Amino acid sequence: MTTRFAVNGKTVDVKAEPDTPLLWVIRDEIGLTGTKFGCGAALCGACTVHLDGAPIRSCITPVSAVAGKKVATIESLPHNNSHPLQKAWIAHDVPQCGYCQSGQLMSAAALLRSNKNPSDADIDAAMSGNICRCGTYGRIKAAIKTAAAEMRKA
Amino acid sequence: MSHTTSADSSRQPASGVSRRGFLQTSAVASGGLMVGVNLAGLSADALAAGTLHTPNAWVHIADDNTITLLSARSEMGQGVYTSMPMLIAEELNVDIRQIKVAIAPPNAKLYGNALLGGPQLTGGSSSVRDGWDKLRTAGAQVREMLLSAAADSWKVDRASLKAENGMIIGPKGKKATYGQLAAAASKLPVPEKVALKDPSAFRILGKRTKRLDTPAKTNGTAEFGIDVKLPGMVYASLEQCPVIGGTVKSFDAGKAKTMPGVIDIVQIPDGVAVVADTYWHAKKAREALSVQWDEGAGATLDDKAMLDGIRAGAPGDKVLPLKAVGDADAVIKASTKVVKAEYVMPLLSHSPLEPMNFTAHYHDGKVDLIGPTQWQDGAQGTVAKLLDVKPEDVSVKTTFLGGGFGRRIDLDFIVQAAQISKAVNKPVKLLWTREDDMTHDFYRPQSVHQMAAALGDDGKPTAMTFRMVSQSITGRVFGLPLEAQDPLMTEAAMAAYEIPATRHDIVKHDAGLRVGYWRSVSHALNAFANEGFIDECAVAAGKDPYLYRMSLLTRQPRFANVLKMAAEKSGWGTPAPAGRFRGIALMEGYDTYMAQVAEISDKDGVPVVHKVTVVADLGRMVNPDTVEAQIESSIIFGLTAALYGEINVDKGRVQQTNFDKYQIVRMNEAPAIVITLVQSNEKPGGIGEPATALIGPAVANALFAATGKRVRRMPFTAENIKTA
Repeated sequence: MTTRFAVNGKTVDVKAEPDTPLLWVIRDEIGLTGTKFGCGAALCGACTVHLDGAPIRSCITPVSAVAGKKVATIESLPHNNSHPLQKAWIAHDVPQCGYCQSGQLMSAAALLRSNKNPSDADIDAAMSGNICRCGTYGRIKAAIKTAAAEMRKA
Repeated sequence: MSHTTSADSSRQPASGVSRRGFLQTSAVASGGLMVGVNLAGLSADALAAGTLHTPNAWVHIADDNTITLLSARSEMGQGVYTSMPMLIAEELNVDIRQIKVAIAPPNAKLYGNALLGGPQLTGGSSSVRDGWDKLRTAGAQVREMLLSAAADSWKVDRASLKAENGMIIGPKGKKATYGQLAAAASKLPVPEKVALKDPSAFRILGKRTKRLDTPAKTNGTAEFGIDVKLPGMVYASLEQCPVIGGTVKSFDAGKAKTMPGVIDIVQIPDGVAVVADTYWHAKKAREALSVQWDEGAGATLDDKAMLDGIRAGAPGDKVLPLKAVGDADAVIKASTKVVKAEYVMPLLSHSPLEPMNFTAHYHDGKVDLIGPTQWQDGAQGTVAKLLDVKPEDVSVKTTFLGGGFGRRIDLDFIVQAAQISKAVNKPVKLLWTREDDMTHDFYRPQSVHQMAAALGDDGKPTAMTFRMVSQSITGRVFGLPLEAQDPLMTEAAMAAYEIPATRHDIVKHDAGLRVGYWRSVSHALNAFANEGFIDECAVAAGKDPYLYRMSLLTRQPRFANVLKMAAEKSGWGTPAPAGRFRGIALMEGYDTYMAQVAEISDKDGVPVVHKVTVVADLGRMVNPDTVEAQIESSIIFGLTAALYGEINVDKGRVQQTNFDKYQIVRMNEAPAIVITLVQSNEKPGGIGEPATALIGPAVANALFAATGKRVRRMPFTAENIKTA
């Protein structure tokens, strides 16, 4: 028995048991390791991916719940870092250890999809589920604003 | 961590290696004798570039001019992946954006940290301080060797040649890339004496430089320990005793063995490991294990009883004098105006976001280790000893670390991975759960600080006593004898304030739980006590806390300067916005002088931190942008501890298991951080940690300004504030 869904635009059939968290299917079976494990309990946001465009915590989402749907991981952003968010992350030198940043970027990408001009409060609301133990919050916020400004121009 | 003494080297290389001696060692080694040993640490990219020459241990140059600079320090967020190569590149005259970086393999002779007494260890805000002369010298040595090779080959006067941007340029348009000259250069003797640039000529050092690891950290390709994959690798999840130190009495793996994907179930000294074809299968089957434990001596531990024990002391506890000037006790006894206080710090977990993990492959009496560690030769030596193989048969490849903060100085999870691999005869990736990580940490020890001061007629202290009681970490990690002073307990114990009579001492008390180095180590403990206490003295004297401090710094220009600047930048002495209050704190740590002003409001009995003004004087800087990032990082890290951080232990079991009960400051709670860096020609100070230690006292002092409550105990919860 397999579960079929799309990852970053490609259809996959995975053989993991239906109750296996999507996170481990993405990382160990599909082999996309950009999505990280931090808590296993939807408390830290390191595992954030998009399900049909909305941010979810893949560590508590059983793979059965994504059957027939579209999943996007950090690897859906351009490898050459040309997405406005990636460019802004580099411009502000956001990452330190970097471990949470895939999740941060996916939460930020979901925010900017629905809100092209987020206020500080909007950013706080969208991003406060993502822990950064290195404390890069100030730079993340600045980078989101930079990226939003670029996307508004485009 | 900071300077360790020569007494604490039982498991370490001799700590008497002087910087000069060290350089000679690496110079000898780089004369060709060590060629090849470093290749294990190089990326596949660098290897693919062609023949690698090794002009010295820090620089590899391939025929195609691919230049790889080594970082002997682990990248855990603090920026060494960029700052270490910057130091080499400045003298080598290469473009920092054109080089590759590799993390050095274990070899403490070549890559040891002289500031820490020799181990190849990342910690103690020491990377730049340790590398400042050493790495510039290494770059200059290679530059000189390339110049000599060109002069020999072209038969021209060496003085007519220039090394520029990866090329040697000679008269009449002659030029060659470093790669073209590398083979010849690597056969030359390493020059002992090389001229280093005057800082006014620096083109890389001191300039804001984009981190070299950022692109890989924004597209998901940066490799952390959790991402390692070896051919034929299996996954392990380890059930450890809920009481740290407990051992397996017996276990029943009957049900677990029948679960999907399970390959083997093995006992190792720390517990029972389930090995499976995927991590999730291993973890699920682990939940089906039934293990009987011998919980051992730890089963009675209780954090409240531990704290009482620290406060009361034990018969064997030794008072270790730190410094005494005059007879402070007599002055205080005779004084009519005395301030006394006790400050208390709780247990803390490190909780880096990447849970502990390592990949190990035991084969043919050798062990390959890949993963996140802060201590390369420690991993090599300890695994060799415990698996009974030769150290040279243990390789260590360091990935990016998903946070360290001191937790990855310890080696428990590395040893476990190696033992499991040996037991199942396969490459194994061991991954802990968050719950494993939080309940099996090496915790920051509790501390109790007993302080007293006598105030003179002018309000200034005429005498002060300071006693810190806590548990020595250095005893466990480096074998420091009980009767020896622990330099990692005394940091920031003696504040800069000018007080005529003082007595400072340290009491080591083993509270029974294993403890570890936690970002800024004892600075955070001692600065909280000292900076709260001096604020109390100011209040008792009826003085402004900032002006009071300044009046005690008449012969301390670097302290006075950062304090004065912080007061100015924060608007100290001017009205704060409505409902906001300020607190100030000052410290030197890791040769860095720093002052912080926290601006807070009181919301339902707990502080909300809005803004932190920081002034830091750390002498010469490698990358000012990274310096700022580390200050920002340290403040958020320290604020998490100040507002929320506490580990409780009940019947030997750590009660906090995940981020719901062990809260971390999130974006909506993060203050604005305004940083001013003092331009200075002093020798470099460390910056990965010191700011951690000051945010707590700055907030506590602001809280006093807001509420009149003096909080002498972290964290600043409603309950701790109410009972203050």
